[in-house]
Amino acid sequence: MRNIPTLTHRELSTQFYSPIAYIVITIFLVISGIFFISDNFTSGGEASVRDIFGNYMPLILVFILPMLTMRLMSEEYRSGTIETLMTAPVNDAEVILGKFFGAVLFYFVLLASTLVYPIVVSLYGPLDVGLTLSCYVGLMLVGSLYIAVGIFFSSCTRNQVIAVLCSFVLLAVFTFLVHYIGQQQEGVVRVVMQHLSIISHFQDFSRGLVDITHVVFFLSSTCLFLFFAVKILEFRRWR
Amino acid sequence: MIQVNNLTKRYGPSRGIEDVSFNIDRGETGNIIGFLGPNGAGKSTTIRILTCYQPATSGTATVAGHNVFTESLQVRRKIGYLPENAPLYPEMRAREYLDFRAKLHRMSRNDRIAAVGRVTEKCWLGDFIDRPIGQLSKGMRQRVGLADALLHDPEVLFLDEPTIGLDPNQIRETRKLIRELGQRHVVFLSSHILHEVEQLCTHTIIIANGRVLADGSPAELRERISGSSRLIAEIKGGVDETRSAVQGISGVGAVESGEEPDGWSRLSIEANGTGDIREEVFRLVADKGWALRELRHEVASLEDFFIKITAEQRQDAGV
Ligand SMILES: Nc1ncnc2c1ncn2[C@@H]1O[C@H](COP(=O)(O)OP(=O)(O)O)[C@@H](O)[C@H]1O
Ligand SMILES: [Mg+2]
Repeated sequence: MRNIPTLTHRELSTQFYSPIAYIVITIFLVISGIFFISDNFTSGGEASVRDIFGNYMPLILVFILPMLTMRLMSEEYRSGTIETLMTAPVNDAEVILGKFFGAVLFYFVLLASTLVYPIVVSLYGPLDVGLTLSCYVGLMLVGSLYIAVGIFFSSCTRNQVIAVLCSFVLLAVFTFLVHYIGQQQEGVVRVVMQHLSIISHFQDFSRGLVDITHVVFFLSSTCLFLFFAVKILEFRRWR
Repeated sequence: MIQVNNLTKRYGPSRGIEDVSFNIDRGETGNIIGFLGPNGAGKSTTIRILTCYQPATSGTATVAGHNVFTESLQVRRKIGYLPENAPLYPEMRAREYLDFRAKLHRMSRNDRIAAVGRVTEKCWLGDFIDRPIGQLSKGMRQRVGLADALLHDPEVLFLDEPTIGLDPNQIRETRKLIRELGQRHVVFLSSHILHEVEQLCTHTIIIANGRVLADGSPAELRERISGSSRLIAEIKGGVDETRSAVQGISGVGAVESGEEPDGWSRLSIEANGTGDIREEVFRLVADKGWALRELRHEVASLEDFFIKITAEQRQDAGV
């Protein structure tokens, strides 16, 4: 595991060379800004960060994080650099984790830029610091899961478009569709859907609660997808 | 240095390589092994297995004293690999890339600086070292790839078609560099160009259709295939007459004949044994009172052999 910092460092610096990264940054800042303004500055609105974080952020992330991750493994396959990478003394898990941490750090930096919103809110009234912190914890966890899913699909194909579409569909289903179905149904189906729904696990964070079961849900599903990605990488070479 | 036993690799139902075996020891001077074969022969497949990129379906291989399947990390520490077409990260600068690669080999900061300096000089990277790789020419990229493969001073260097896609000047420079590298490292070089292998290599392995066809020094191979060498004679006399006369000499096998435009007969004589029949042919011609203007051994070249192999392969493939 000693190669992870080296690989992470390369990934992170490479992100800044890719035009996609700047598109992602722009989309992210513009859309989150629009949501923030329309929410807080319409007449009668209550100054809060809850809506932007609770309702809109996961939506934005479903769109932009797959764009950030689609390249990660697919491009290595397409250009053949996977061969030089895997014939250096590094193992499959190090490669996947290096990619993962590189993307996660990039995302955290992006997320940090949204700190201006709570600061602006605090100028208009008292800021609920606890709520803001729990929102950020939630977003870090959701984003990490999305990135793991994106890396998983990127490790399945050399085609970035397929990778981004698959991640997008899977994330959209588990973030919105499952949640929606859960609300429509009764009984067992409802309970199962709520357990699978990313939104319902996230909601408590946006209400100011850091519940350990939700933290476990996000961390374990992130690990699961990273594990799958490592297995796919192994499998592709064994074919 | 490299031992390969019955290596087979199948891609699903289709075949990559089949039952490949060879054994290469480190020689005293110059260790350049040519792995020669037409496109699709299985050169890259074999190299990918030996560099631990992909496992074989069956068989075993040992590189630099370690098994490529069970001791893959040890093998990878001791080898350098330049894949076909030298894949690199275009957005990185050459120096940045080499530093990254040196870090993967766990070199300390000072070692990395020294190693990058050494390979920069060796591969004539010069001013290009601080340019983004994406801006470099094909030849320069090839050299960056080679520099990368040399960073940790590997025992064995695997170069998969290192001259493919280069211009004639770059090809000459690359060959010169490979010859130098052969002094220090065992170089395992794949190529589909015969004279490249003949020029550079101390040992040649010929592969076609996933199978090893011949294995030895270029001289050995030439000797082996020239076993069926022919004698060419041009005689002034009737075509049929001369042929039947020559056929009468003991030790002569099949004789092909043809008439030259100026009326001379050209005979292509196959010797059955190993003895030299030129003297008998000369006596015969003198006895009959014919004239003789050419009498020589036609040595089958590696080229003929190689062309024959590739032609057979094309036929098999139904091209
Ligand atoms: N990843 C792969 N999937 C399926 N078939 C492959 C793959 N790689 C190589 N092959 C097949 O294996 C054979 C040998 O290929 P290769 O080793 O690339 O030949 P060479 O390098 O000598 O040109 C070819 O017939 C090729 O089609
Ligand atoms: Mg090849």
